[in-house]
Amino acid sequence: MGRYMLRRVGLMLVTLLAISFVTFWIIQLPPGDYVSTLVAQAEARGEVISPERMAAMRARYGLDDSFLVQYWNWISNIIFRGDFGDSFAWNRPVSTLIWDRVGLSFFLSVSTLLMVWAISFPIGIYSAVKQYSPGDYVATFFGFVGMAIPEFMLALVFMWIGVKYFGQSAGGLFSPEYVDAAWNIGKLMDLFSHLWLPVLIIGISGTAGLIRITRANLLDELYKPYVITARAKGLPEWKLLLKYPVRMSLSPFFSTVGWLLPGLISGETIISIVLSLPTTGPLLYGATLSQDMYLVGSFILILSALTVVGTLLSDLALAWWDPRIRRSYQGS
Amino acid sequence: MQQTRTSEPTGRRVLDTDAPYVLDVRDVRTEFQLEDGVVGAVEGVTLQVRRGETLAVVGESGCGKSVMARSILQLVDRPGKIVGGQVWVPVPPIDPETAKRRRGLFSRKKAPTIPVVTDPDAPEGMVDLLASDPEILRAVRGKRISMVFQEPMTSLSAVHKVGDQIAETILLHEPVTTEDARKRAIELLRRVGIAAPEKRVDAYPFELSGGMRQRVMIAMALACDPELLIADEPTTALDVTTQAQILELLKSLRDETGMAIMIITHDLGVAAQLADSIAVMYLGNVVEYGDLAEVFRHPKHPYTRALLASVPKLGQSRGRRLEPVRGMVPHPFARPSGCTFRDRCDFAQIGRCDVAPPPLLRDDDGHEVRCVLYEEER
Repeated sequence: MGRYMLRRVGLMLVTLLAISFVTFWIIQLPPGDYVSTLVAQAEARGEVISPERMAAMRARYGLDDSFLVQYWNWISNIIFRGDFGDSFAWNRPVSTLIWDRVGLSFFLSVSTLLMVWAISFPIGIYSAVKQYSPGDYVATFFGFVGMAIPEFMLALVFMWIGVKYFGQSAGGLFSPEYVDAAWNIGKLMDLFSHLWLPVLIIGISGTAGLIRITRANLLDELYKPYVITARAKGLPEWKLLLKYPVRMSLSPFFSTVGWLLPGLISGETIISIVLSLPTTGPLLYGATLSQDMYLVGSFILILSALTVVGTLLSDLALAWWDPRIRRSYQGS
Repeated sequence: MQQTRTSEPTGRRVLDTDAPYVLDVRDVRTEFQLEDGVVGAVEGVTLQVRRGETLAVVGESGCGKSVMARSILQLVDRPGKIVGGQVWVPVPPIDPETAKRRRGLFSRKKAPTIPVVTDPDAPEGMVDLLASDPEILRAVRGKRISMVFQEPMTSLSAVHKVGDQIAETILLHEPVTTEDARKRAIELLRRVGIAAPEKRVDAYPFELSGGMRQRVMIAMALACDPELLIADEPTTALDVTTQAQILELLKSLRDETGMAIMIITHDLGVAAQLADSIAVMYLGNVVEYGDLAEVFRHPKHPYTRALLASVPKLGQSRGRRLEPVRGMVPHPFARPSGCTFRDRCDFAQIGRCDVAPPPLLRDDDGHEVRCVLYEEER
């Protein structure tokens, strides 16, 4: 097991290095750079930036260096000093920018995830056990509708309903008077009163999808011989269901649970923009538009790191859950 | 591992013909309600098993023998449905402590009720499982009647240790602690011939061979000293050597515990090795029933005769060809009227066999046959 872990961590580092290089390369691919974006913005406002100032700025940001030199400056700072560089646009260190928003993104995602699990597992199990019952048809209908409706449209509809019928703005996570306030009980309550809507909107498609997955996985297991064996022992039906087929049907779930990790930080970009939520999604989106390359690169690097760590966690979770996988790791 | 002894002839067992029934199945019907129509898998099977008796139920694939066996403990999965009949078993003792462990998560009921028997034909001291409370059924499952299935590879849960799976049965039915149940699981594994049971008790099924898994299944079935063991093709998925070992094991366990066995098989050899009596099934019906030696020596039903003729015998002259049973099992939606076997029968009489289902005829020795050919003898 120890050797297996060591090999996995080594592979992870190599993967991350490759990802960082490719990411940085892709960011540089579009024509122009941050300075040319600035110039375009200035021209739109009717201002002119002198060529001397442009050259000075390029020199300051190191934009005239070759790609490899820029990459090396960036990655060596991360590796040796833990410094992700400064954002051009915000003129602040990338790390403080990101961490500011990570908290809320994380909170929002975890709330959504818990809601999705709490709703979809029971419904999925019910739907499989009572296949083709009226309840199953209702769940199936909801499942397909939930998966088919784009989230941003749901968000728009909810906002419209909020404004039209309740005279209340549905966007944001805080009321205007709390946005810049320090944390206190009032702000927390305000957060909760705003939170349910984005949680609901973001969660709906995930809930619908997970209901379908849980149902399909459980239906695969429900009529296997080992379930009949357990029934023949005299186990009551619900206990039997949870101990045997449900447990088996969760294996595919555990094999993907780690992939949720990057999602916890990245936030739902489109929904966040529509609902103007202060999460990380819109930040990344804006930075990509303005070619704020250290911010984008570092952000994607962090997400990639979380993805590979998540995959490892998934594999470990699956090994913990399923003895067959565990034994095969111990053998290797 | 147990020594294999296959060539040894079965010693004639002396059976107590007055022993009480441990199972009395009456006119059980099980249907599969499919989209294209209803298939009757079991069409009114009546069978009895006495204490200590071994009954073999034989028949071709698809004749309903497995479904019949599963109907006894109501283990038929959708779309199968038991639509009629009675399954009488001795009333199980219900200990309130262990009954609690078998109670459902949402059940608030205090104690199960034994249904009041109004049927005048009802056997005394017995309860009809098909009409009783699910709790009575759960008290019988695994405790009084237990089952061994065909597929040892998939019949055990892959993610639970075999010891825990055995101990679970014990904990469900007997007021013992977890440690005691574990000790008994080890003892059971030893009894079914698994080497180093103290170690194997913590093994997962995928770490064991097919034969060992079937031994574990048998240990699980024996966990609460059942009155009746229903073995549904217990050796079909195993190689020939392992088959012989498992049969040998069943035989020695039966002689040791005195339990009754109902063995479902398509293999007449298996039936011959183990059984005291035999029921031959064809398309959901028992067509012949009787003492094993009697049926093998003097088969009555044309189907039984054809089956026996299709099996090679020692000493049979070399040039002789085996005779297969003529024709094919009819499609379930296209059953012949009257006697379902008449299409394949060499003695079918037009105007008689195709008109009405054949009568059940019983001679003085209890040899039963469902065929018009013997009507004249009476």
